[in-house]
Amino acid sequence: MATMMLTVNGSAHTVDVDPATPLLYVLSDDLNLRGPKFGCGLGQCGACTVLAQGRAIRSCVTPAGTITGVEITTLEGLGTLEQPHPLQQAFIDEQAAQCGFCLSGVILTAKALLDQQPHPTEAQIQEALASVLCRCFAHTRMLRAITRYAQGR
Amino acid sequence: MSIISDALEALARAACSRRDVLKGTGALIVGFSAAHMAAPLGVAQGPFDTRVAHVDPRQLDAWLAIAADGTVTASTGKCEFGQGILTAQTQLVADELSVPVARVLIIECDTAVCPDQGTTSGSQSTPSNFNARNLAQAAATAREALLQLAAARLAVPVEQLTINDGVISARADRTKSVSYGELVAGRQFNMTLSATAPRKPASAWTVLGQPVPRLDMAAMVAGQFEYVHNVRVPDMLHGRVVRPPAVGATLLAVDETSVRDVPGLVKVVVRNNFVGVVAERQWQAVQAAEKLKAQWTAGVGLPPQGEFYGYLRHQQPSRDMFVVNSKDVDETLAQAAAVIKTTYLYPYQAHASMGASCAVADVRSGKATLWSATQSVYPTRSGVALLLGLPVDNVRVVYRRGAGCYGLNGADTVSYDAALLSQAVGRPVRVQLSRRDEMAWENYGQAYVIDQRVGVDRDGTIIAWDYEAWSPQLGSRPGYDKPGNVVTGWLAGFEPQQVVARPASDVTDRFRNSSNAAPSYVMGCVGGACGGAGTVRSERVLSHTVPSPFFTGPLRSPARLQNTFAHECCLDEVAAHVQADPVAYRLRHLRDRRLIEVVQAVAKAAAWEARPSPQPQWRSTGLARGRGMACVVYEGDNGYGAMVAEVEVEQATGRLHITRFVVALDCGPISNPDGLRAQIEGGTLQGMSRALGEEVTWDEQQVTSIDWQTYHSLPLGFDVPRIDSVLLNRTDVPAAGAGETAITLVAAALGNAIFDATGARMRQVPFTPERIKVALEARRS
Repeated sequence: MATMMLTVNGSAHTVDVDPATPLLYVLSDDLNLRGPKFGCGLGQCGACTVLAQGRAIRSCVTPAGTITGVEITTLEGLGTLEQPHPLQQAFIDEQAAQCGFCLSGVILTAKALLDQQPHPTEAQIQEALASVLCRCFAHTRMLRAITRYAQGR
Repeated sequence: MSIISDALEALARAACSRRDVLKGTGALIVGFSAAHMAAPLGVAQGPFDTRVAHVDPRQLDAWLAIAADGTVTASTGKCEFGQGILTAQTQLVADELSVPVARVLIIECDTAVCPDQGTTSGSQSTPSNFNARNLAQAAATAREALLQLAAARLAVPVEQLTINDGVISARADRTKSVSYGELVAGRQFNMTLSATAPRKPASAWTVLGQPVPRLDMAAMVAGQFEYVHNVRVPDMLHGRVVRPPAVGATLLAVDETSVRDVPGLVKVVVRNNFVGVVAERQWQAVQAAEKLKAQWTAGVGLPPQGEFYGYLRHQQPSRDMFVVNSKDVDETLAQAAAVIKTTYLYPYQAHASMGASCAVADVRSGKATLWSATQSVYPTRSGVALLLGLPVDNVRVVYRRGAGCYGLNGADTVSYDAALLSQAVGRPVRVQLSRRDEMAWENYGQAYVIDQRVGVDRDGTIIAWDYEAWSPQLGSRPGYDKPGNVVTGWLAGFEPQQVVARPASDVTDRFRNSSNAAPSYVMGCVGGACGGAGTVRSERVLSHTVPSPFFTGPLRSPARLQNTFAHECCLDEVAAHVQADPVAYRLRHLRDRRLIEVVQAVAKAAAWEARPSPQPQWRSTGLARGRGMACVVYEGDNGYGAMVAEVEVEQATGRLHITRFVVALDCGPISNPDGLRAQIEGGTLQGMSRALGEEVTWDEQQVTSIDWQTYHSLPLGFDVPRIDSVLLNRTDVPAAGAGETAITLVAAALGNAIFDATGARMRQVPFTPERIKVALEARRS
């Protein structure tokens, strides 16, 4: 166990964990965050995605000890229930989810892409989302929401 | 945020203790039918019937409470899995009681307060709760009761009263008015459900039938929704399980010293062949599960996958069943001008939920509380009681949403895991399955081998249809008394439901097509009554259920999808043989008006060009384009669907591009058209993933499709085809299910489109590029 500082959603947190602990468990169990979720624990599906300095990473395979000093943003840090981020709002407007379990992967991966590439082509969106899963297959609406947000900026 | 943070708290807010309800008795005035109980072993999705338990569903108070502030709290046994039923049920109650959606609070699937409605599955939530019984009838009963109370209070006859926004007033004098809150003020109705209280006609709906946005959407999108994975209770520990290394392996010994140095380890738990670890922290539990040395016997050995379909045909024991048998099929086929013979193959497929399953259990002092994403809170309550040796009344199961399950995923088994581990340590335990735990030990959707022989006369009209299928089964839903039907119960020592040999006997009572084993084109004549959708009189449908090496259970459109793939492609083969247009040929053999109308609607929307398949300009090289269609009466009576798929096939590589799906659906009166579209879109694309890539694989000892690299689900980045939905809203018939109709049609429509494009027939799912190449080669030879 080791004491470490994490900056998550704009707040500093001190946690006492084994530095090898995947970041996901720290976010879920120590910080009680609900956005990032355990999908596969293998970095294959995207459910645990968080932004690290704006880059989408898979928190289930990222040891917590490797991201001290890195600004982490989870799905709940993007916007609030009352004031969702415009990308989140686009998902609400398009009703772009069914069970919602995949949303961290979909929204945050899209966010990282759109921050880098404000007006991506369809092929670029597809490439960015190539290893993100949604098993309810709400794809049609999700892609529409991403495009809506990209076009509306 | 959760929609309902705690059901008991919500009821307390409604100033109504559900415990008082328990004392309620009363004559049975509403029939709670045991629908679909006759479904064949292994594909049973239920139970679906609403049962009398400690919450008596004959009592209005079991369903509805009205608080002094006018809030309507409704309890339901049909819960939200992502399909939109929470919002739709809220609309139903709001509409029936003329209150805004925001004033209705739904409590879902908590055995402390909700009626026992069996399982949320099988496209049965809408038929159960939106027709003249259960939740819908409770709301209608409440409205009638409120009108009578108001009539007495205001001294105005009921027929001169009107309801607006939860306030009842005299039509002639609106100053004479009283609100629901004033009338009821948190007291109980203390009455039975009325069998005669009229539902609002669809023409008077203002909330139901509207595209009301999902009530849970903002919380999900904001990352604040509470899933079962997010449930945290005081003093909670973390557990993981250690499953056997091979199918059929049994435990010889566990070396607890192997995990002695894992920090935070609380206990290694062994019960029969069940092994689990409990630790203070989740990561510690993961490490302990990985490090624990356990000795197991060798597995039982698995049949080679390459020969599996042939193997299935010879498995014993076999439980055989006729769905229909006119006893003249062999003679009629012998007289036919031509007989088309086909064999269709369908693999085991996994639910493969996004989230590996999770549950939290608190078993202490002879009582248990489970937070579970099970589809079956009451059956799970009974199963947990059996597993733990507790009286069923001492177990409470509280539904919390998991990842979309699409049927019997790991939610039930992980609930048992959590219960066993919590009982062993006497503290609350949260269990998170690993991806491998989830996918290697699921109750898979069943594999199928389907032989068909279809005879046509000289005019090309079908005169006989013979169907014979083999499908493996082991376990299934645990129901109320079979915890061994899922892996944890079995490991803990409970027997799964096994196939018992039974010869097929004559069908005598009525035609039941709840598994869609009979094609839509047969008459379905039993005992003088014909319940089939088609015109073919000579008909035989025989199924063989045989033992499975793996656990099986309902996966979205269980058996219905596999059967429809075989029927609808076979029909297409026959149409091609007689050089008939596939749409016209279907219509020629259908007599069910609603099925005919969805076929016509989809053909019109797709601008279907009437001609035989394959397409006349087809060449054996280059890019080929085609279209295919399929239709079904889901479960024989639970919704009508038709689909057209448009595809391009790269014949050099076998790669398939799907350019468009057109889907027409008739599920009776539509509760929420946007929700229905979402189900059509998601079902269609999930069906596409299942048709193109998904297949459970195994070696000599164990399942090898255990993650997203070995089990091939289409990711978000694939080339998503356009989907056009045509909704046929019928308000003169009962409301039917809609969550499984579209997915049922996809493999068939795609197979038929590939044939139309290339002249190559796909008879085995999934349609991988390699298999498409093989079919293209076979066409040349």
